[in-house]
Amino acid sequence: MKKLMLLVVLLTALSACKKDVKTTDTDTTSPPLTPTNTLSIKFENYAGTTPLILNTVDYVNQHSDTFKVSLFNYYISNIQLTATDSFVYSETYSYHLIKASDFNSLEFSLPNVPLKNFKAISFMIGVDSLHNVSGAQSGALEPLNGMFWDWNSGYIMSKFEGTSPQSPLLGHTLLYHQGGFSGPDNVIKTVNLNFPNNATVTTAISPKVILKADLLEWFKTPNIVNFSTLTTIHMPGTDAKLIADNYADMFSVTQVQN
Amino acid sequence: MFILLLVLNISCKRDPVVKDPEPPVYGIEFTVPANWPQPIYTFQNNPLTEDGFRLGRKLFYETRLSKDNTISCGSCHQQFAGFAHSAHTLSHGINGLLGTRNAPALSNLNWHPAFMWDGGVNHIEVQALVPINNPVEMNENITNVIAKLNADANYRILFKNAFGDTVITSQRMFKAMAQFMGMLTSSNSKYDKVMRNENGEEFSASEESGLTTFRQKCAVCHKEPLFSDFYYRNIGMAVSPVLNDSGRAHITGAGNDRFRFKVPSLRNVVVSWPYMHDGRCPSLDQAIDVHTSGNVVSPTLDPLLINGIPLTTQEKQNIISFLQTLTDHDFLSDPRLKNPN
Repeated sequence: MKKLMLLVVLLTALSACKKDVKTTDTDTTSPPLTPTNTLSIKFENYAGTTPLILNTVDYVNQHSDTFKVSLFNYYISNIQLTATDSFVYSETYSYHLIKASDFNSLEFSLPNVPLKNFKAISFMIGVDSLHNVSGAQSGALEPLNGMFWDWNSGYIMSKFEGTSPQSPLLGHTLLYHQGGFSGPDNVIKTVNLNFPNNATVTTAISPKVILKADLLEWFKTPNIVNFSTLTTIHMPGTDAKLIADNYADMFSVTQVQN
Repeated sequence: MFILLLVLNISCKRDPVVKDPEPPVYGIEFTVPANWPQPIYTFQNNPLTEDGFRLGRKLFYETRLSKDNTISCGSCHQQFAGFAHSAHTLSHGINGLLGTRNAPALSNLNWHPAFMWDGGVNHIEVQALVPINNPVEMNENITNVIAKLNADANYRILFKNAFGDTVITSQRMFKAMAQFMGMLTSSNSKYDKVMRNENGEEFSASEESGLTTFRQKCAVCHKEPLFSDFYYRNIGMAVSPVLNDSGRAHITGAGNDRFRFKVPSLRNVVVSWPYMHDGRCPSLDQAIDVHTSGNVVSPTLDPLLINGIPLTTQEKQNIISFLQTLTDHDFLSDPRLKNPN
């Protein structure tokens, strides 16, 4: 009897020692039931037909304005792949910041992709409206990435910065920061692209999809941009929408490697 | 047996990792006061804990959030002043630089749909970014702040206690700060006690008349029980040619939002002087006068104020008596909300 009581006391005392379980908000993706592999996506930034090089190379926009590029960033989110059997794969917590200045940001892998033939990809340019109103975020959405407006809460969906002799500003600067996620100010664009050939995910094959992003599209259609009149965009509104309308079609699939 | 228990108890004790000259942390539980509407922020993705609150409080009073380590949130949001900046029309940031708006009183923030006088901030967890980045406030950036916190072993322990490991991220920092800011509930004023029929608390005749008039003439905008409708209104103050502050239009870019500002709550209003978005009214008397007369007519002037709100001297006096019942002495002296640094 005494022994039993001792045991009870011991157990009670010990369990009282237990630390509270702390929860973090890291994603808890449940383990896949069927075999999967990864599929990688690579972004290649271009200005027209030539690969984009920062700071040193002169480019010419549709309006015949010469310019240099010092910064080129954009968010890609909510990536989905459509299989030939109509199955749709959606990446969990799908937020990626592509920065022309950071080689490591240009390529990433989608995890847990089922073993299927995929024929198309879709994604948003920008961050969905929900994550613009959900408080402090991490990873690609971390505010220290410099892609968040603090005074007017919301993500900067895309950024281009550079110089052009046509810009009347001090230092001939150009600064295009596109943001706005609600109502008439919404600049979020959804891109749907078919693959030239299927991306075949097998246990042995982890396909790679290469996407081209063409900066010149930002200044071309439907709105021809004149660097002497449009130099700075730093809040949601008409100008941000004009540029976003232009860049909605800046992506194309150059290659699917199996 | 007794000895065994004692021994076990002692072995259970937490190591005294953080010394406790600090103000107490207890009762960290978020409750919605009786008869209040549901709050917007409920800590849903930010579980409220004593350790989270403790860290958030330390960060709120942390001068290392500023470039030269001189200014904390608490510098301009003082507890005794209802977390406003007492006696300051505008507030000074680092190097004595002056801001353009009056530091608002803070309470019941979980009910606010948006923050700042212009409502530009849409979530309590991202509010602190603004003063940290603002060149005339803290003039710092998050990368530096995180480096400074990482260099302090004490912070690494506090983050571990709050989040399970010593990794310091901006997300964790802002969530912890939201735990402190979200716990600034002020619901124990005389007004609240009368409303709850607590301990036979009663209004004086003047306070009672003041409430009656307030409900007739003020409560549309300063809506009970939070004493704001959280809408943006132009009450017709002359636009300062120096500050030339367009208010809500700064955020929306809309012409019909020019000179509108968020309706401030009146809780703890007596202690949170001076008043208005630029602190131009040093007394309640003057702040009320802005509403009764002197409205500058402009296209965005609030329709309710076009002719001013008529108040007799007696009515005004009574309203001021009533407003004094919104001072929450428990809140202003709550030891849990004091500076631990």
